[in-house]
Amino acid sequence: MAIFNLTINGKTRQVDVDPTTPMLWVLRDHLDLPGTKYGCGVAACGACTIHLNGNAMRSCVLPVSAAEGQSITTIEGLSEEGEHPVQQAWLEHDVAQCGYCQAGQIMSAVALLNNNPKPSDTDIETFMAGNICRCGTYSRIKAAIKTAAGH
Amino acid sequence: MTIVKTTYNRRSFLKVTALSGGGMLLGFNWFMNVVPPGKTGAAALAAAGVDLNGFIQITSQGEVTIFSPNPEFGQNLMTSLPMIVAEELDVDWKNVRVEQARFNTELYTRQMAGGSQSIRQTWQALRTAGASARHMLVQAAAQAWQVPAAEIRTENGVLSHSSGKTAGYGELAAAAAQIPVPKEIQLKEVKDFKIVSTPRQNVEGANIVTGKPMFTMDYRREGMLIAMLTHPPAFGMQLKSFDAAEAKAMPGIRDVFSIQVYQEGYEKEVFDTCTFNDLVVVVGNSTWEVLNAKKALRIEWEPIATRTEIQKFWGGQKREVTIPGGLENSTGHQQRMETEGAKSAKVARRDGDPETAFKNAARVIERSYSAPFLAHNCMEPMNCFAHVTADKAELVGPVQAPEMVEKTLAARLGLPLDKIDIQLARMGGGFGRRAYGQYMVEAAVISQRLNAPIKLIYTREDDMSYGIYRPAYHATYRAALDADKNLIGFHVTAGGIPESPLHANRFPAGAIDNYLAEEWAIPSNITIGAFRAPRSNFIAGAEQSFLDELAEAMGKDPIEFRLELLQRAKTNPVGQNNDYDPGRYAGVLELVREKSGWAKGKKSKTARGVAAYFCHNSYAAHVIDLTAKKGKITVEKVTSALDCGIIVNPLGASNMVEGAVTDGIGNAFYGGLRFKDGQPEQNNFNTYRMIRMPEAPKAIEVHFVKNDIPPTGLGEPPFPPVFGAIANALYKATGKRSYHQPFLADERVVD
Repeated sequence: MAIFNLTINGKTRQVDVDPTTPMLWVLRDHLDLPGTKYGCGVAACGACTIHLNGNAMRSCVLPVSAAEGQSITTIEGLSEEGEHPVQQAWLEHDVAQCGYCQAGQIMSAVALLNNNPKPSDTDIETFMAGNICRCGTYSRIKAAIKTAAGH
Repeated sequence: MTIVKTTYNRRSFLKVTALSGGGMLLGFNWFMNVVPPGKTGAAALAAAGVDLNGFIQITSQGEVTIFSPNPEFGQNLMTSLPMIVAEELDVDWKNVRVEQARFNTELYTRQMAGGSQSIRQTWQALRTAGASARHMLVQAAAQAWQVPAAEIRTENGVLSHSSGKTAGYGELAAAAAQIPVPKEIQLKEVKDFKIVSTPRQNVEGANIVTGKPMFTMDYRREGMLIAMLTHPPAFGMQLKSFDAAEAKAMPGIRDVFSIQVYQEGYEKEVFDTCTFNDLVVVVGNSTWEVLNAKKALRIEWEPIATRTEIQKFWGGQKREVTIPGGLENSTGHQQRMETEGAKSAKVARRDGDPETAFKNAARVIERSYSAPFLAHNCMEPMNCFAHVTADKAELVGPVQAPEMVEKTLAARLGLPLDKIDIQLARMGGGFGRRAYGQYMVEAAVISQRLNAPIKLIYTREDDMSYGIYRPAYHATYRAALDADKNLIGFHVTAGGIPESPLHANRFPAGAIDNYLAEEWAIPSNITIGAFRAPRSNFIAGAEQSFLDELAEAMGKDPIEFRLELLQRAKTNPVGQNNDYDPGRYAGVLELVREKSGWAKGKKSKTARGVAAYFCHNSYAAHVIDLTAKKGKITVEKVTSALDCGIIVNPLGASNMVEGAVTDGIGNAFYGGLRFKDGQPEQNNFNTYRMIRMPEAPKAIEVHFVKNDIPPTGLGEPPFPPVFGAIANALYKATGKRSYHQPFLADERVVD
């Protein structure tokens, strides 16, 4: 066990955990931030996507020891009450079915638009390929990203 | 004008209560109409007519709450069911709050998500409840204002009279609670609907996009421990012994032990499917600590011998089933299915004289189709919270059929049924998998042993390799053509491991004079369960691919050919028990033909395939346009036509169809779980290929047949014909027919 000082959603949080603990479980088990979801544990589905210094990162394979000193954003920190343009676009297109993967989808989409504000269809497809939606809402996700890009 | 009775067997299915703070609570039964006509026995009435299971609450402040009792797994019933109540109640949808009701068999009779039944079975009861509450508010206003009730209008939760008097529902709710429940009530005309059939956003949307804790996976309780299990690595194996010493000594670990899911001699219910009865459990303080300790377990497994088991099927039917020992292989499965498929099998339907038709045929076309086992792969792995004490059990779980698992839990824990409390959480997908609640029994057994609140979590690997899969299937179709290329005989032999996918009385049965349908099954120790549109999800693709090839051999347009067969089934049907409506079936084909611009398709740069199917009381047809360029298949467009009666929420309904189309293409292209020595070769998303955004259709256009038929199912019907439409489109693009799923398992299909 070791003490780690983390910057999450603009706040400093301290945890005492095994240094190999993935950020996914630090967020979910130790910091009561369950919006980041467990899907596969091997960075193959994108459900656990967070931002590390503004870039999309699969938190299930990011050890807490590598996260210290960096700026972390989770779905809970994206906006106060869902007013981020990407979240608004998700509502406008009524994207979700079961909803389990959508926090990860949104975090990936925000990271995409941060680095590429006007992505082409191919840009969107390539970037979002790491996020699985078992319900098959891809066409709405893509439409929502395009709407958000227009903001 | 539709007037319906609110009574059932002389008892009202509505009950009104005054709220303590002023206001009304109208209780009603969602499943009032679940009893089919002609089946009105005392038992059926007791089940359907007595208990109240739905509620409309109107407070004195005018807040309207509608409780949604059915489990939610993405079908968006939390929006669509309350919309039906709100329509007849005449309230402003913006002011309606929806809550997930708790699971309670005292109050509810069919709290289940499955079989595309939820809207179909609640439609009239929900309308009746909404209309009755509105009627009582109108009566209360008539008394208060001393005017005839017939002169009072309602709109957006406000009562008004031509004299200028107006009142919000809240103001008169307390008075309405004193009005007797009406014996019969007039429902709105379909043309007057203001909420039903208008697009409404998911009531849970804001919670989803902000990552609110809604799933069991997110549930926590003070003092809750995390539990994980280890099951045998292969089907046909069981626990022999284990050494927990190393795992127990690891940080944060509370206990390591083995559990028995069901006890010796327990007679399993329909949804009690359990693959591995003896499991090793690790319990600890946090997920990561438990995951690490799980890796440190030293377990010995041993083969299980062939055994027999009494299995219950729908309708209470019991059968003794032999579960073979041995470690099975996918290559062996395929060979056995091909061998079995070539033999005569159990006749499920025979019309005319198929043998003579085939003997006299100028040409016989025979084709075989197959599909592998599929894993459900819900994004939220199986998990459950349980807190079992000496006198009660409290569970929070993602579950499609809580009523079924509640009985199992009571039997397993030795507690009375009323001491089992299951809280329904939003499910991260279901697709049939969560109808089987063995993970809830496991969680309860673990909690009972520890006398502590625990959350059992399956890893993705545990989930994907556990079983309860979509079966592997095989079908051989034969058609007899005479010298003029007329279809004179039709023969299907279908089977699977371990069940047959045949629906002998569905199209094209009823359209062909000489028809034979046979079925077979091969026993296996790999467990199977319902998977979105069970059986239909294979047989539709096989049948619709064969009809496509047949149309080509007969020199006919594939849509025109199907319409001719349907015309025959409509005007002069062959045989008995044809369980589809040829007119509505033709309707979706005609709609998809028009909307896809089928007639112009010959000039199109894309390759097009069509398929249609009927299941779960609804009709679906798709036209798929795709291209094959430089070895890459791109699905450019899918045009879908559905007939499921009145559409309650077009926004949610379109989303559901788009999802089914994408799911179907993904499974047709890539889906498949293969076995080697009893072990699944795929156990996570890095080996089990799921459709991802680059492979999803570039556009999906959904059209609904407009009619006034009470709504039927939509979750399942659009899924099965996708497999046929994609196979037929692939043929047009590549010149090669796809017979064996997954179609893009390798790139051979594309030159």
